[in-house]
Amino acid sequence: MAPSEAVTEIVVGEFASLSGATASFGQSSHKGTAMAVDEINAAGGVLGKKMRLVSEDDQSKPGEAATVVRKLISRERIVALLGEVASSRSLEAAPICQQAGIPMISPASTNPKVTEVGDFVFRVCFIDPFQGTVLSKFALSKNWKRVAILTDVKQDYSVGLSQFFKAHLSVNGGTVVSEQSYSSGDKDFKAQLTAIKGTTPDVILASGYYTESGLIALQARELQIAAPLIGGDGWDSPSLVEVGGKAVEGSFFSNHFSVEDPAPAIQTFLKKFNDKYHEQPDAMAALGYDSAMILADAIKRAGTTEGPKLRDALAATKDFSAVTGKITLNPQRNADKSAVMLEVRNGQFKYVETVAP
Amino acid sequence: MNEFLQQLINGLSLGAVYALIALGYTMVYGVLRFINFAHGDVFMVGAFSGMYLSRWLKPLLAHWPEWLFAVVVLAGSMAFCGVLGIVIERLAYKPLRERPRLTVLITAIGVSLLLEYSGQLLFGAAPRGFPSLIESRSLSGLGELHATNIQAFVLTATALLLGGLHLIVMRTRMGLAMRALSLNPTAAMLMGVNTNVVISFTFGLGSALAAAGAIFYASLYQAIEPFMGVLPGMKAFVAAVLGGVGSLPGAMVGGLILGVVETLVVGYSKVLGIPPGYRDAVAFVILILILLFKPSGLFGKQQREKV
Repeated sequence: MAPSEAVTEIVVGEFASLSGATASFGQSSHKGTAMAVDEINAAGGVLGKKMRLVSEDDQSKPGEAATVVRKLISRERIVALLGEVASSRSLEAAPICQQAGIPMISPASTNPKVTEVGDFVFRVCFIDPFQGTVLSKFALSKNWKRVAILTDVKQDYSVGLSQFFKAHLSVNGGTVVSEQSYSSGDKDFKAQLTAIKGTTPDVILASGYYTESGLIALQARELQIAAPLIGGDGWDSPSLVEVGGKAVEGSFFSNHFSVEDPAPAIQTFLKKFNDKYHEQPDAMAALGYDSAMILADAIKRAGTTEGPKLRDALAATKDFSAVTGKITLNPQRNADKSAVMLEVRNGQFKYVETVAP
Repeated sequence: MNEFLQQLINGLSLGAVYALIALGYTMVYGVLRFINFAHGDVFMVGAFSGMYLSRWLKPLLAHWPEWLFAVVVLAGSMAFCGVLGIVIERLAYKPLRERPRLTVLITAIGVSLLLEYSGQLLFGAAPRGFPSLIESRSLSGLGELHATNIQAFVLTATALLLGGLHLIVMRTRMGLAMRALSLNPTAAMLMGVNTNVVISFTFGLGSALAAAGAIFYASLYQAIEPFMGVLPGMKAFVAAVLGGVGSLPGAMVGGLILGVVETLVVGYSKVLGIPPGYRDAVAFVILILILLFKPSGLFGKQQREKV
């Protein structure tokens, strides 16, 4: 790299699932991140330099994340890494960043293990023990006591969410009547659902991602299972409705934010995003945006892009006004934030309630 | 008991799809002695052509009964993939017909990758919902069991297609030529069989059946994406080996067995002590067992390698 380039720009890496099974997540978080970087540069950049975002696609594939992150670090000489949404892939990248001393900020990986990798790994969202509790409390508040759980065993996120949900539910008066599993990419869930049907659950927790959850809803209705479905933030994609159609109506999921929230930060973001991309942002877009903004803020406070100093500045993030709420990074490098419950109604995600941590 | 029967229904409709794809592998193997690894991706193209066809035709044929509409989409998609199969054979395999088998096999893998990534470029990588050709309804009169009209349509249509295939292979001149070619290509050629036409026809027929399988698969499981053909393609290959490569009834029975076994393993994973995550492994464990104990498959003839 020519020295002149090095002084005029700050290279930030991003890895996202721009294609593949969870492409909707990668596309959204990428749009949010890119919009934040554009805004930062329009306002003069950071430390008098322009921020340059280098994005890599990991194709939603296990193994690919590690490859593209190594490439970003060794070839692009990034100062920090933004990504990923899926916990499994963030877990692939985290040890690499930790070893290289490059701060990494995950926008939306909620599995607790991600930031436990080391002190260079941060996230701007809540974690699954909280999300599992929120879902369990919600189910109990609806008097859904008999729960069947369908877990995607290939995704750390889904395994963790099911586990934390069960832990809370079983000590608070609910029972897990059936535990079934599948692997990402499966399309046939009738065998598991037939087994679930025999146990007459009040509700089914589908803790995996949107494509599979949409299919699970469809096939459950075909087997005449009337129980509603609940899920986590992994449901937040228009594809859930495209795939699931009428079958996902009346289902609920927890999420990071709702576009119906009247908070000015959210409404301004909504408008800017709409102007730029002519579509509504989802939670992944908002979190992608927040991750880049928090990074820029930390670089400004650190006054440098050296790894250890930047890490210290990130760890000191306190009451940062982000789109998805005020963000303070706790000693475990996670954000303590509230969650919202959304209902699928007429193909839209309708706001139900906010649950504080 | 009811749950078992229900799992059987689930398994049979999945197996019907495997059977339709397996037939394509087996027919091509019978005539050319080579495994067309791009077959699973022709299956994928079948699903996408079905999706676009149904979107274009829906406004035009809105007043038609839905089963007739489904048949039109099915036929259109089969025709499209039939032509695609013929084109692939002409462009990629025919120039290599006199070369070693391995060359053609590797070319098939190349064609497979070409189709997958062209699909990703054209259709995008995100899974798409497949439009329901027939409104899903539960069939009544089955007591505790649940089968949808889609499952019934899939099983009926599969049976009809298999019947039709049997007639073509056993009762027509073209079928006779196919069988002659698979028995002894040189002798068939000397007797005046036009091998090029027969091979094209076989590819067309096999690809059309894959397209039918794709429409059924997409109707049953609703999500389609450019890599959707990889796993069903491999499993159908296992089904073909299970039944005995080259045997048409074998491919059919192999497909049904595989679908049922896979579903039962997932449905009774607790009882069997096999995690459902191993569902895809089941097919390949079957493949290994078959290769170890009965390499010619259930219906295959033991063939001595010609020296």
